[in-house]
Amino acid sequence: MKLDATDRLILNRLQDGFPICPDPFLKVAQELGLTEDDLLARLGRMKAARIITRFGPFYDAEAMGGAFCLCAMAVPEADFETVVTKVNARPEVAHNYERSHRLNMWFVLATETAAEIEAVTTSLEQETGLRVLCFPKLTEFFIGFRVAA
Amino acid sequence: MNIDATDRRIIAATQGGLALVPQPYAMVAEKLGLDEATLCARLRAMQERGVIRRVAVAPNHYALGMVANGMSVWDVEDGAVAELGARVGALDYVSHCYERPRALPDWPYNIFAMIHGQSRDEVEEKRAQIAELLGDACRAGDILYSTRILKKTGLRLRPKEG
Repeated sequence: MKLDATDRLILNRLQDGFPICPDPFLKVAQELGLTEDDLLARLGRMKAARIITRFGPFYDAEAMGGAFCLCAMAVPEADFETVVTKVNARPEVAHNYERSHRLNMWFVLATETAAEIEAVTTSLEQETGLRVLCFPKLTEFFIGFRVAA
Repeated sequence: MNIDATDRRIIAATQGGLALVPQPYAMVAEKLGLDEATLCARLRAMQERGVIRRVAVAPNHYALGMVANGMSVWDVEDGAVAELGARVGALDYVSHCYERPRALPDWPYNIFAMIHGQSRDEVEEKRAQIAELLGDACRAGDILYSTRILKKTGLRLRPKEG
């Protein structure tokens, strides 16, 4: 799908936030000089074309009571595939990336409680014989990320 | 960040997204047996407390040409982390920015900032801009590019009961 100037205007505006009120689309449409129908139709097309990944409230994962931790390992080249298999087998591993560094494996653990994070990393260390470094989030800074559409 | 059982039901009903209909909140409220004003008040309260970061559109940045990214990491003086971390996070090409503990001696870096761009060169340019912004408070930096996705599952949250 090809985006026109109005689609881009909508994407840029809606990354900044969406109102919480009875007629939010009407409010945004008026602000942008569009009709509500046109705004909804354009959003529907962009969603169908997967230009829009998600639309709605973004929740802080930790508000749900879960625990998360970024972890890294320095895995010797020769053992890499074996270690990948062991790490990925854990349901607590949400995503895992190979990265260009001596610490070449980076994954995120997601568990119900903080204690489980430690249990999983200890058990992975025993199983692989490698250290698992933990980088829990200390401060999350406000994110100004925008994709210029 | 206290959330009660009703908030949890609201989270479960909206974390997949809002419907593209004129009254999306009324639709959620009806499904949950709440009135729309109560639902909106609770959503606003959760937003004020940071349980909801924002209500917004997340565009697919790959579809919009932002195909390159790198995890930049920085060793910033502890006393300057709060101010500089906030400035880096506010940049429009940084999608995540956290202070994390160092793991000495292996890992001296305490600020992590994910940089996005149209190309690897553009990511490197942005990285140079961040280095400049951090100035003398930054002792060292590095950038890690992902070379392979080894696992990717959704971080879909399962609200606990009650």
